[in-house]
Amino acid sequence: MTIDATDRAIIEALQSGLPLVPAPYAEVAEKLGLSESDLTARLAAMKESGVIRRIAAAPNHYKLGMTANGMTVWDVDDAVLNEVGPKIGALPFVTHSYERPRALPDWPYNLFAMVHGSSREEVEEKRQQIVDLLGDALRGSDTLYSTRILKKTGLRLRKKGG
Amino acid sequence: MTALDDIDRALVNALQDDLPLDHRPFAPLAEKLGLTEEALLDRVRALRASGVLTRFGPFFDAAAMGGAFCLCAMNVPADRFEEVNDKVNAHPEVAHNYERSHKLNMWFVLACETPEGIADTADLIEDETGLPVFRFPKLQEFYIGFRVAA
Repeated sequence: MTIDATDRAIIEALQSGLPLVPAPYAEVAEKLGLSESDLTARLAAMKESGVIRRIAAAPNHYKLGMTANGMTVWDVDDAVLNEVGPKIGALPFVTHSYERPRALPDWPYNLFAMVHGSSREEVEEKRQQIVDLLGDALRGSDTLYSTRILKKTGLRLRKKGG
Repeated sequence: MTALDDIDRALVNALQDDLPLDHRPFAPLAEKLGLTEEALLDRVRALRASGVLTRFGPFFDAAAMGGAFCLCAMNVPADRFEEVNDKVNAHPEVAHNYERSHKLNMWFVLACETPEGIADTADLIEDETGLPVFRFPKLQEFYIGFRVAA
């Protein structure tokens, strides 16, 4: 999708979040000099194209007791990956799930699924649900726990350009 | 863990669903929970203030706006870890970087304006460190949407 200057202004205005007022779109539209219907039409187009995934709350996993996360990685038969992948993506404890290339012989895994839980034991339990779901398609797996954050920067949107 | 009452829990769960693009988008949820819109928004503000919610608003997909991203990993010898970490993190293209429990013990995401930028940066890190940079670009996403049950 091509982002024009107005879309960019909308994205910048909403990067820190939506105002917590009864009519938030009207308030944002007024600030940007748009009508509310122009703003919501543009937001709808951005949702349609995938630029906006959804308008929702981002919970803090830690505050909700979800203090353990494991990057589970799977060597799945390519023939059934498209069938089982969406089922894994739909599991309520999986935040991200991707097909990625293998790097043989060092790395035989082609499916990544980030699993969250309140402890490593819980992550292991949930991992077992993926094992069960994969059944015969599973050829190997591992879980990588993060032991240290080495760098973390947010999404930086360039100010200019289109 | 932060203490939440039943209404807070219902709110945290419901607010992870997509908010409608309506003039009064919170009204249906308020009605469902038996709250006024103001009372609902007061609770959301309190959840933001206590850090239970880090943000409320649109989730943007940076890749859909243009740009290229790639998960990369390296097998860094323990005695070189800090030195290599400094070299990797010095690149502004390195968006985040985690130490993980595996032979491939350093995992970072490269964020560049172009796909060529990914290859150039990864090659440069290989030159600077003398270590291979494994590249795991996303081929396909199996994403439905994460919900933390509160």
